[in-house]
Amino acid sequence: MSTQIPQETETETETDVEQESSQARRVSAERTRAGMDQRAEDELSDADETVELKVFRYDPEVEGKKEPRFDSFEVPFTKGMTVLDALIFARDHFDSSLTFRHSCRQAICGSDALFVNGSQRLGCKTQMADLEWPVRVEPLPHAEVVKDLVVDMEHFYDQMESVEPYFQTEELPSGELDEQRQDRANREEIKMSTRCIWCGACMSSCNVAAGDNEYLGPAAINKAYRFAMDDREGEDMTEHRLNIIEQEHGVWRCQTQFSCTEVCPKDIPLTEHIQELKREAVKSNLKFW
Amino acid sequence: MSQSYDRGLIEDFGRWREFSAGMWAWVLHKFTGWVLVGYLFTHIAVLSTATVDGGTYTATLQGLEQVLVVRFLEVGLLAVAVFHILNGIRLLFVDLGVGLGSQDVAFYVALVLTAAITVASIPTFLGGF
Ligand code: HEM
Ligand code: SF4
Ligand code: FES
Repeated sequence: MSTQIPQETETETETDVEQESSQARRVSAERTRAGMDQRAEDELSDADETVELKVFRYDPEVEGKKEPRFDSFEVPFTKGMTVLDALIFARDHFDSSLTFRHSCRQAICGSDALFVNGSQRLGCKTQMADLEWPVRVEPLPHAEVVKDLVVDMEHFYDQMESVEPYFQTEELPSGELDEQRQDRANREEIKMSTRCIWCGACMSSCNVAAGDNEYLGPAAINKAYRFAMDDREGEDMTEHRLNIIEQEHGVWRCQTQFSCTEVCPKDIPLTEHIQELKREAVKSNLKFW
Repeated sequence: MSQSYDRGLIEDFGRWREFSAGMWAWVLHKFTGWVLVGYLFTHIAVLSTATVDGGTYTATLQGLEQVLVVRFLEVGLLAVAVFHILNGIRLLFVDLGVGLGSQDVAFYVALVLTAAITVASIPTFLGGF
């Protein structure tokens, strides 16, 4: 998805000449500021189409960047270009101090959830072609900005940890080498919930989480769902899990605004899972039989 | 968290244009719910004139119906009540976990039905003035 498709050039000879000259240019001017500018200018003038990025900038440690502002970068548009690709171009060609997290570039590490054109998206999973231009890129709302597009994720991770996001059971199989097998239907039930990549997009989009720092948030509740619905953990553990999610700042804070479901890059039906846990919590409290 | 520091342009109220269907449904449901609670007070006040005697109650109602603003407010009240009921039904389905994939469509249906019913009610409410 994030692979940059090189621009097609008309003839082979032209390509050769271009490569040679650009290589020569790189060698001579690699690390100089002027070289960087020159390279960017060349690539821009070679491009059929360019797109403007408006990027949020802020750095509390640098004089003159303490006031949040937006910087504009004009980057050459290429087919298949993602928001992350565009940011990388801007950083590598215009301003090496432009800071953002990224790693896998394939929507699996969860590092690059950003606020793109007013909505939480993964930079590497969002096509520039699908967006309205110019593209506005900001850090995730409702989290402290550390620098530029980097936010402090500590609070989000704390909420994730608080639901004990790991498999645990007292009902171990008898034989030492026995596997803890899950039947197909049960695996199907929790399938979507296992896909979370801890990107924090959902938490950032949630109006309730913004107003209540203690609210577990969609991702943590989804994590709780993943294990509470896993038959292999056994009844006692399920009850323990329901106790965690039905606390004051748990599932009942959800107002079914569907914001989280809307933004989740892994298409996890978060609201559905939260609603199901609400019903499970009620059922376990209404056990008269 | 974010309270400790001014995010400037980021957390602006101006972002309401970027709300999605579910968020609008929530905002409108809370709004209509509280309008209905407000109406309840005026409703009780008007009804309680019947505790004086039948004539007072009739006179009060007739007096109110002669005020054009009241006629318009009635149309508004109907719109608010119909939306709250229809979206309330949508929310009941959401609580039951039925058809969550179509919750946005359900919201739009609620809006369209509310508009249709409101428009259809105008002759009744504003007629015979
Ligand atoms: C058939 C009629 C009605 C239906 C189906 C209905 C349904 C609902 C539902 C399902 C909710 C919960 C919303 C949520 O989950 O967040 C709700 C909330 C509310 N309703 Fe109604 N309702 C009805 C009539 C009324 C009336 C007559 C009033 C006013 C007297 C009212 C006032 C409210 C208020 C204020 C809330 C918001 C409560 C909150 O802040 O959470 N509703 N309604
Ligand atoms: S539930 Fe979705 S949006 Fe939330 S952290 Fe996991 S992958 Fe990201
Ligand atoms: S870079 Fe890993 S999820 Fe986007």
